[in-house]
Parts: sequence; C-alpha cells; structure tokens
Amino acid sequence: MKDTYIRRSADTAARRIGDETMVLAVADSTLFSLNETASVLWEAADGTTPLRTIVENQIVAGFAVDSETAYRDALELVAELGRRGILEVADQPLEERPK
Amino acid sequence: MISLAEELNAKAADAGIPLAVHLDLTWRCNERCVHCYLDHDDQGEMTLAEIRRLLEELAAAGVFHLTLSGGEPLLRKDFFAIVGRARELGFNVKLKTNGILIRSPEAARLRALALDSIQISIYSHRPEIHDAITRVNGSLARSLAAARFLIAQGLRVKLAHVLMRQNRGDYPEVQALARDIGAGFVLDPTITPHLNGDRSLLALGVAGEDLRRVLKDPELIGNAGEFCSPPAPPDDAVLDARPCSAGHSACYISPYGDLYPCVQFPLACGNVRKQPFQEIWRDSAPLQEVRAVRIRDLPVCSTCVHAGSCTRCPGLAFMEGNFRGPSAADCEKSYLRTGILSAAMRRAADHR
Ligand code: SF4
Ligand code: SF4
Repeated sequence: MKDTYIRRSADTAARRIGDETMVLAVADSTLFSLNETASVLWEAADGTTPLRTIVENQIVAGFAVDSETAYRDALELVAELGRRGILEVADQPLEERPK
Repeated sequence: MISLAEELNAKAADAGIPLAVHLDLTWRCNERCVHCYLDHDDQGEMTLAEIRRLLEELAAAGVFHLTLSGGEPLLRKDFFAIVGRARELGFNVKLKTNGILIRSPEAARLRALALDSIQISIYSHRPEIHDAITRVNGSLARSLAAARFLIAQGLRVKLAHVLMRQNRGDYPEVQALARDIGAGFVLDPTITPHLNGDRSLLALGVAGEDLRRVLKDPELIGNAGEFCSPPAPPDDAVLDARPCSAGHSACYISPYGDLYPCVQFPLACGNVRKQPFQEIWRDSAPLQEVRAVRIRDLPVCSTCVHAGSCTRCPGLAFMEGNFRGPSAADCEKSYLRTGILSAAMRRAADHR
C-alpha cells in the first residue's frame, strides 16, 4: 500500500494554544483552529515521516483508538487541510521543513 | 456572529496569553516625519542574538501575531535574518515600513518569507505635501514604488494615512490611489504625543470641522447612520468589557527591550534584556494593574453615554496623566461623531 506524506505549507503561520493549534493561511488570512488530534498531525507534518507512522506512534499510542479507524480519519483530515491549502499532501516524501 | 479571530482574542485575554506583540526593531529612520513621536538616535539596540532569543521566548509564551516596525525596520542590516527566524518560529508577521529600501529584490524576499501584510505610510498623493511631511525629497515616489513591487509579488499592502493639518483634504485621493494600485487603506486621525512627554506635536492634528468631515464620511465609516447615531447607554456587557487589548492580550517591545502595554501606552513594565519576557508578562505590577481594569472601573468613562462606542485609548489617557481617565482626543471624536457631549466634557462644563 502506498504511503502518504504531509508537510506544513510554507505560507502559514501557526501557534499551539493549549490543546488547539491556530493556523493562519497567509494568502487569504483565513484562520483555522485545529483540535488536539489535528494538532498532533500538524506538528508531525515534517514531509518525511509517513502518515501511517505518525498515526501509529502519536495518535494510536496517545489517544487509545484502533489503528484502522485512526488512519482513515487522519487521511480524511489531511485531505481536507490539503484542500484548504495549509498542508501539502503527497505520495512521495517531501523535503523536510524545520519546526 | 463572533468570528474565529474574535474568539481567539477573547480566549487569549482570558488565558493571559500575549497573542500579539509589536516589536520595534530600531528607532533609527531614513525619514524625519514632522509628527513622529520617537527619538531617532540609537541608544544601543538589541543585537541579532538578543532578538533571536526574544523571538524564542515570545513563541514559547504563545505569541502568534508579530508586528515588526520602527523607526524604519529595514535599516537594520540583519532585518531579513530577523524576519526569517520569526517565520521559522511560526509567527504571523506584519511589517510597518516607509518602503524606501524596498525594491523588487527585497519585495521578492518578503514574498518568499510569506508575510501577512505590509503597511506603508502615505501622507498625500501630492509629492510636495508627502515629502514635506517626511522631509525627504522623492520619498512619495519611493514609497509608492515599494507598494507596487510588493503588490506585484502578490503581497497584501495597506497604505496608512495619518491625518494632519498639512494634508487635510488629501485622504480621498490617497484612498483612491490605494484602490488603483490594489492596496488597502487605513486612516489614522490621531497624532500621538512624543514618547518623551512633549505634547507639542498634537498641534499638528486636525480638529473641529475637518475632523467631523472625516468621522462622517461614508466612504470611510460604512453605515454613517449607525456610526453617528446617539449611543445606547452602557449596559453590563459594556461595563464588564476590557478597555482594549493592551496589556491583556497584546504588548509592545522597544528596540532597547523596554516592554509597554502598547506602542501608544508607554507605561514601563520591564525590560526583556534584564528579565525573561514571560516573567514580565506574568508578574509585572504595572501590567497587572492595567489588566485588572474593566470599563466599570473607569471613574469618568463608566458614566459616559459613549462608553460602548468610544474609541477611548488608555495609552492616550495615560499620556494625559491617568490611564483610567478619559482621553481628550477620543472625547472629541465621540462628540463630533454624534453631537453629544462626553461625560468628561460635561464635567468640565459644570466646573466652569
Ligand atoms: S486603544 Fe490605545 S492603548 Fe489600546 S491598543 Fe489601541 S492604541 Fe494601544
Ligand atoms: S467620550 Fe470621553 S469620557 Fe466618554 S468614554 Fe470616551 S473617552 Fe471616556
């Protein structure tokens, strides 16, 4: 099965505030509020770690959910964030972006 | 309906998070604007290393919006290194500049750094007026060229227009110019006293009929009927509100590390060279005092019919002697807008 890779878009500003992460798409000043699980994905979105590994290590381990459900939800979420232009989603590793 | 941004501001103020910081990188400037409230001699600015450390502290404290300004921030040789580090740390960076040092290559670098917006001061569409205010020949042409370079890169630019006696009547043309080049427009009708306390600059501001015209101009204020109608007396929601974001979810840091609640509120709260930012933000006694204030604690303004709609600036009130007091400039605006005397004006009349 092919892997999915995610990377925070360069045209965003972001800050973790409590359990949430505020992400601003600089191009049109749209503000997004990511919940706790989405924040975990956001922070791990370095472009090189496969999504499945992120989900296994950080979501399944930290949030007591089963692997398949967590992965399906994560795929849906990253697709949505990709459509909003704040996350790059690819089936190849992307060049690493520093935190 | 409350927007996500408003919700975030309210959350930050409740949680004591400094969501927005205005950082002046230098007070040096390549213009000499007649109304400027800063001292341009370098008194020992923070170094790049100090600013890097400060940015890390700000990110850790939860700061999201970072406004870089001055003086003219691009006069710093390390300007792009500072912006680069700020963007790496995830800040939403806004820049205030006169644009003189921005040509096509600088505009491209700013685009690559994905800045939120760039505000450029334009005092008139007429070079003889703008250049007389900045006291630099050719400055209007340079600033407008910068705005165009930035817009060509796809960056968001706002032309900021400070209203003064020298340029009264020019703002509609500057607003039209902004529209033509694809920039936003902000008008600031308030002149600020010099940070050293000298109030003589206030004589440059517009008053009376000139100010009334601006405050009632539908091109600027949208719904004039609503904006200028008699205000509703303040209710509990108004009285329980915070006067503004200064010290609650926002603050200002000077090039020398001094922290104030706002650039227009020079109440010394500490210095980030001597103490970690977070410690000052959390523990400074003056900041705690500012933070404790709600509209109902303001002895005059809480009794004022304008309390819910007034643009009262606690910083201007502070510079008049008491940050819990009224601000004369805002009393005048409330009065000119609605024709109804403010509480401070009534008191002054009663004492006559
Ligand atoms: S009202 Fe005055 S003190 Fe408050 S944020 Fe605005 S300028 Fe600063
Ligand atoms: S109009 Fe004057 S007295 Fe009334 S709230 Fe505004 S600053 Fe205070």
